[in-house]
Amino acid sequence: MKLTLKVWRQADPQAKGRFETFSVNANEHMSFLEMFDVLNEELLAEKKEPIAFDHDCREGICGACSMVINGQAHGPLGGTTTCQLHMRHFKDGDIIVVEPFRASAFPVIKDLVVDRSSFDRIIQAGGFISVNTGQAPDGNAIPVERDKAGAAFDAAACIGCGACVAACPNASAMLFTAAKVSHLALLPQGQIERKTRVKNMVNQMDIEGFGKCSNTYACEAECPKEISVDYIARMNREYFAAVIAGE
Amino acid sequence: MNWMVPFLKSSLGRKLIMSLTGLFLCLFLVVHLAGNFQLLKSDGGEAFNTYTYFMTHNPLIKLISYFTYFFILLHTFQGLVLYFHNRSARGAAYLDKHPSKTTFASRNMALLGSVIFLFLIVHMGDFWFKMKRGILAKVSYEGYDQIDDLYTRVTAAFDQWWIVLFYVAGMGFLGFHLQHGFQSAFQSLGLNHPKYTPWIKNTGIVFCILISAGFAIIPIIQYFSK
Repeated sequence: MKLTLKVWRQADPQAKGRFETFSVNANEHMSFLEMFDVLNEELLAEKKEPIAFDHDCREGICGACSMVINGQAHGPLGGTTTCQLHMRHFKDGDIIVVEPFRASAFPVIKDLVVDRSSFDRIIQAGGFISVNTGQAPDGNAIPVERDKAGAAFDAAACIGCGACVAACPNASAMLFTAAKVSHLALLPQGQIERKTRVKNMVNQMDIEGFGKCSNTYACEAECPKEISVDYIARMNREYFAAVIAGE
Repeated sequence: MNWMVPFLKSSLGRKLIMSLTGLFLCLFLVVHLAGNFQLLKSDGGEAFNTYTYFMTHNPLIKLISYFTYFFILLHTFQGLVLYFHNRSARGAAYLDKHPSKTTFASRNMALLGSVIFLFLIVHMGDFWFKMKRGILAKVSYEGYDQIDDLYTRVTAAFDQWWIVLFYVAGMGFLGFHLQHGFQSAFQSLGLNHPKYTPWIKNTGIVFCILISAGFAIIPIIQYFSK
């Protein structure tokens, strides 16, 4: 299949980027990233600068790949990361627009690679639990109610890719932060830092310059792990309880 | 109290202000609409005018009205602050704007709200401000001596098709604003529950239709029954 790609090229964070058009021969079994690999091999053979893009596991679980494909974070297929998007979902002759995730808190490093360390700083602010080091504890030593374990697991499925920020018209990071806050707030291990966690993580989210949620739910629609916006309401509850009712 | 200012300036604090003031204004709309229905009573305006007198002279209602003005201004101001924050948080726009799965109303709350605010200025300038300046004709009823005849002013306004059109269009904007705003307020407050959220969403749809259609039907009826 012959495709035309319109790809965002930007040499460095300060450079003024622009779209560049490429033709690529792909086959339908390739993943979207493999199609980029083929294109980059051709560019290298022509002694041209290959297109920079983020990737790591290519199994849909690490959250490294990004890209906004035809206006959708991780492309047109729901509940999927870019690496798991295959070319069979496109047609021969398609023109595909590929842009980086756009947010002030995710500055472009190069081409399609954006700096998502703002997410790391939100995690550092409170996305952890305190445990004694030593031997790994017995998995079933602390009983967890089944429904709560399920809800915590659904939140923990967040891979921190930033698609929620990319999809949100306000570039808000609330779905990400809410998933991380909820995951630990639902489990007994997370109770010790429950109040300081939500306060510190929301505070850090604001410091990073993410937008404010206006409940459009674009994040939920484009999240590759289909995290529910119910967790945002849960984070709001946690935050109000910690700040208003907390000592 | 040193926690309060940072809290109210935080993203979730600002959303709390939006949702609480928004829900208060929803309540205000219900009271306002109930009062307006007295315009449809064929008693020459007695019910409406005496109600207006009560609403503008009862000290408790006066106090609540000051809160209402304040909340309208706060809701508008906070909404604009959020709009500009959010615009700068997005930074560069996407070239390819995919038709999103979000609703028209949810994406355009700031625009809808700004139009409603301009509508309010015109609306209050035409009725409320004229009454406050004391330039309305006076009328007397049993127990009421020389009170403002707002009824005649309102019905005279609704005799003109373009004023009727202005009010109906204004209520269209309000309807869309409420369609998103009502249920969104509960989400912002953290009031989300598998059992009750579907009810809240359905109530929001019924609420936005009843309120906007209820307000809009009054000038239409008055225009066609002149």
